[in-house]
Amino acid sequence: MMILLMNCSGGSGDSSQEAETQSESTEAQSEPQEPSPALTQQMETGKTVYTQYCLACHQADGNGVKGAFPTLHQTEYVLGDKTELITIIINGLQGPIEVNGEQYNNVMPQHSFLTDEQIAGVLTYVRKSFGNDAEEITAEEVKEVRDDVAADTTGTSN
Amino acid sequence: MRKTQLWLHPRLAGWYFFLLVFAFTLLSCGDSSSVSETEETEGNLTAAPDNGSITLPDGFAATIVADDLGGARHIVVNDNGDIYIKMRNTKNGGGVVALRDTTGDGQADIKEYFTEYGGTGIGLYKGYLYFSSDTIVYRVQLNEGELVPTGEPEIIVKDFLVQGPHESKPITFDNSGHMYVTVGAPSNACQEKDRTPGLAGQDPCPELERQAGIWRFDAEKPNQTQVEDGYRYSTGIRNAVAIEWNDQVNELYALQHGRDQLSTLWPKYFNDSLSAELPAEEFLRVTDGSDFGWPYCYYDQNKEAKILAPEYGGNGEEVGRCENVDTPIMSFPAHWAPNGLVFYKGNLFPEKYQNGAFIAFHGSWNRAPLEQKGYLVAFVPFQNGQPSGDYERFADQFAGSGEAINQPNDAEFRPMGVAVGPDGSLYITDDQKGRVWRVFYENSQVAQR
Repeated sequence: MMILLMNCSGGSGDSSQEAETQSESTEAQSEPQEPSPALTQQMETGKTVYTQYCLACHQADGNGVKGAFPTLHQTEYVLGDKTELITIIINGLQGPIEVNGEQYNNVMPQHSFLTDEQIAGVLTYVRKSFGNDAEEITAEEVKEVRDDVAADTTGTSN
Repeated sequence: MRKTQLWLHPRLAGWYFFLLVFAFTLLSCGDSSSVSETEETEGNLTAAPDNGSITLPDGFAATIVADDLGGARHIVVNDNGDIYIKMRNTKNGGGVVALRDTTGDGQADIKEYFTEYGGTGIGLYKGYLYFSSDTIVYRVQLNEGELVPTGEPEIIVKDFLVQGPHESKPITFDNSGHMYVTVGAPSNACQEKDRTPGLAGQDPCPELERQAGIWRFDAEKPNQTQVEDGYRYSTGIRNAVAIEWNDQVNELYALQHGRDQLSTLWPKYFNDSLSAELPAEEFLRVTDGSDFGWPYCYYDQNKEAKILAPEYGGNGEEVGRCENVDTPIMSFPAHWAPNGLVFYKGNLFPEKYQNGAFIAFHGSWNRAPLEQKGYLVAFVPFQNGQPSGDYERFADQFAGSGEAINQPNDAEFRPMGVAVGPDGSLYITDDQKGRVWRVFYENSQVAQR
């Protein structure tokens, strides 16, 4: 129910903050074969968020723009450590990086305005699309990282 | 001194006369061979199949000078035909690639990479090759006959701020000893947190102090800094990768990349279709003290006016504080990304091209989810420093054969730099793969398609 609401608000193009206090629930189940209904919902939420906030730079095929925006296909940034990936969404990322042998020097904007569920959804979507198949990310995991980041960041961040 | 005395000694005059004739014969042999080489150069230029995968107007053809160079950015061609191209990233240990065609067929058969840093800007001035990393402008002397300069590069300007987006430092020179350098804005629209939906822009925008404009320097003084020696010639320019001094009217021209993501950041005023068409890319005549309005304003080509940016209270209609900012001399469709500019002064192309502008458009990324456009080299006719007609698609189909593309990586090539060679050929670089074209005009005698 909560996810459905999220989905609607994302799809309508509303960029304002969602209430973040609702309890997160079912996403953590890991079903090896058939995608669970929860995962299906998460993927739908994720696709909506991706289309609205990520697609402009990372493009519809997730391959980015050579020399400007990195690919999301088979990279350690996407498939690797969940905490680092969640932190990139919350804080953004700036400065020279190398992704799959290509160099980039650009700004990934911070997306802390997304709810825990939206971030979990979009990261799960990215980790399970474009030829990727990594474990989903839950709203609880996002919340934990968000709290840590807030505790760490007393001043402004990049 | 002693040599002079020997030369003048009357008893040796006959002997020296013989030597002189001998030397002259040698010299003229050398000369005649180089002359015939030059003639061959023009005679043996042959078009590549399909002009190297681009389309051109009737009467024009192109050969492929070099291929797979890597991220080929701006280009210059020296009076002797030697080509220098700045590389986005170093390749084979070099940030500039030098090309020479020794056989006259238009294709480079010597290719040398040198210098340490990647970047975009490159220029020729008073016998020196200038090139820029993203924070420093260097120059090195070009000695006669030398393709790769053997001297040590010296620093001309050294302290541009390190920045992520819009980091290129394109350069151009006037005729009174100045060098002009673009310093792009480090953000989209000067929000404190860049590209955040619904967030107001900083007012005044602190980025304007050292960025988002064009700075003027002494062209030859070493070790200048932006703060001490730089003069902010023009401001309110988000990013002008294409800049060029126009010798005919002695003015600076530039093309601005308009801001991105109106629909992502301001969905209540702009949908994706509107965002794909706004704002215009702007062709600017850049005069001393001019202000083109970024980040407060953008140019709406349908309204033919500068409009207040949504980060500063605009709603897509309101003009507000933008009423008096400087406007472009011409506009192009949104997001085409003009990255190269040259004014044509060669003798090869027909009369209508004289003094006109060739503009390399890199092609869009920010039209998504709509199809991507603008992978072409346009021509704009000029009279007295003003466009005298609409632009035409001069060299086209760089993205591929006719099909619309959905994302920039699907483009076969992305036009980047343009230069005119000593014979009047137009050179075009691509930074997707690193192809270089030489476009020439086929008069009926030379035509061999």
